[in-house]
Amino acid sequence: MSELKLKILDLLKEDARRSAELIATMVGAAQAEVEAAIAELEADHIIVKYATVVNWSKVDDKVTALIEVQITPERVHGFDAIAERIYLYPEVKSVYLMSGAYDLLVEIEGRTLKEVASFVSNKLSSIDRVLSTKTHFILKKYKQDGIIFEEHEEDHRLLISP
Amino acid sequence: MINQKTMQDYLSPRVRSIPPSGIRKFFDLVSGSKDVISLGVGEPDFVTPWHVREACVYSLERGHTQYTSNAGLPELREEIGAYLSRSFRTDYDPANEILVTVGGSEAIDLALRALIEPGDEILIPEPCYISYSPIASIGGGVPVGIETFAKDQFKLTAEALKSKITPKSKILILCYPSNPTGGIMTYEDWLPIAKLVEENDLIVISDEIYAELTYGSKHVSFPSLPKMKDRTILVSGFSKAFAMTGWRMGYACGHRELISAMLKIHQYTVMCAPVMGQIAALEALKNGMEEKDRMMESYNQRRRLVVKGFREIGLDCHEPQGAFYAFPSITSTGMTSEEFAQGLLTEGKVAAVPGNVFGLGGEGFIRCSYATSVAQLNEALDRIGKFVLARKG
Repeated sequence: MSELKLKILDLLKEDARRSAELIATMVGAAQAEVEAAIAELEADHIIVKYATVVNWSKVDDKVTALIEVQITPERVHGFDAIAERIYLYPEVKSVYLMSGAYDLLVEIEGRTLKEVASFVSNKLSSIDRVLSTKTHFILKKYKQDGIIFEEHEEDHRLLISP
Repeated sequence: MINQKTMQDYLSPRVRSIPPSGIRKFFDLVSGSKDVISLGVGEPDFVTPWHVREACVYSLERGHTQYTSNAGLPELREEIGAYLSRSFRTDYDPANEILVTVGGSEAIDLALRALIEPGDEILIPEPCYISYSPIASIGGGVPVGIETFAKDQFKLTAEALKSKITPKSKILILCYPSNPTGGIMTYEDWLPIAKLVEENDLIVISDEIYAELTYGSKHVSFPSLPKMKDRTILVSGFSKAFAMTGWRMGYACGHRELISAMLKIHQYTVMCAPVMGQIAALEALKNGMEEKDRMMESYNQRRRLVVKGFREIGLDCHEPQGAFYAFPSITSTGMTSEEFAQGLLTEGKVAAVPGNVFGLGGEGFIRCSYATSVAQLNEALDRIGKFVLARKG
């Protein structure tokens, strides 16, 4: 990938609301060039979506759980078909195939503890080939996607220094 | 006081004769202001990279709290030597030609104290870092400013240097990339300067603290020029490249006899640089290059933003090629740099340093550090734009 595209990705990852004009100034390229690069990144599904990182704990009391899932892989499709069955549920925020003691790590978000528990027992556990689940509730998020939630960004510098 | 003397009478005439720093005066003015965006800061807005801080914490846990050898930890001097050779093609023997100091400032002070005899003239291209001239005076030397100009991108020219050389000239202090102008010198720019240095038998103190912060062209270290190594003291440190200003870690490299003379003063005054800082500096050199590059890229992006911003406001601004300062001209507003900076502070709520505090050639400019967030820079540019418009309008 071109250096320009990498720089654009970095700048948008930092703040998705940056305009093509601002990015063009910051990377020292023409605005049209930046716009074209962004369009290509979008078309190639490298930029998948412009999202907002929300610290939900300040808004409401949503419950997030990480669930270790052990499954029997399917013939031909391996883990993929079951993973798909799981990730299509809207409650499921992410699904990863893992190495180690279990197969899938599933992130679930619900309004209440009961809602998550019900999803796990009624929907997830009942899927054919799911052997076992182990649910861990997240008590507090400190950092997500490289963003520290409760960071106190104080500038300790003097207002004027040599 | 005793025999009707005031305390002033006891002070050394050398110290008495030095005016208070212009930057200090402006600092006092700024410190009482509220809701101010500061572009007046001569240091990175990044905190020292975590792995560097962590190395220091870990060393403290293991009880590394003792003196080090006067010249600094041998492994740190080795690493500094390897780094300079790799990055700037300057080779120094870590055992005899490298001295670890308490910041670059101590290194400059040691060099001047080791060299100056009363009456020696110290040549200093200006505008420049505020300390050179006062330290030269404290050492009994006579600072001689050499004005540099925006039309030359604040480079030192051979003509300007030549015009100031007298039989008393002994030392030339260089600082490129430059604080406050962001000017740099290329290999071609240096050659005629080096020739004059040799012809006139000058000793050079080359402050290269901003060497890592150049945009576009790589820094050319003065001692890497032909025949210049033995007559140059290279001064640098960790403050700017690795965001380690508060650690006060610097070093000096040069001819073994000069370094040995500086070591004498160093060992009788500070003994050695603090061990925790030295351990942190070692970690920065060994594993900090990636973080340094990341910070550099960020400065470069903000540099473009700021220069474009000033030009759109209608303030002439040469393109800084190094450090993290823009040095726009404010002469079109009809104000002096102090009037402008004070007005901007009180009305516009933006702190910038008036150019006149940096010596000859600084009047008519303000120094704006762009080591601050993009959001803050945009807001500051907006405020400066309104302030200038109201003045010109």
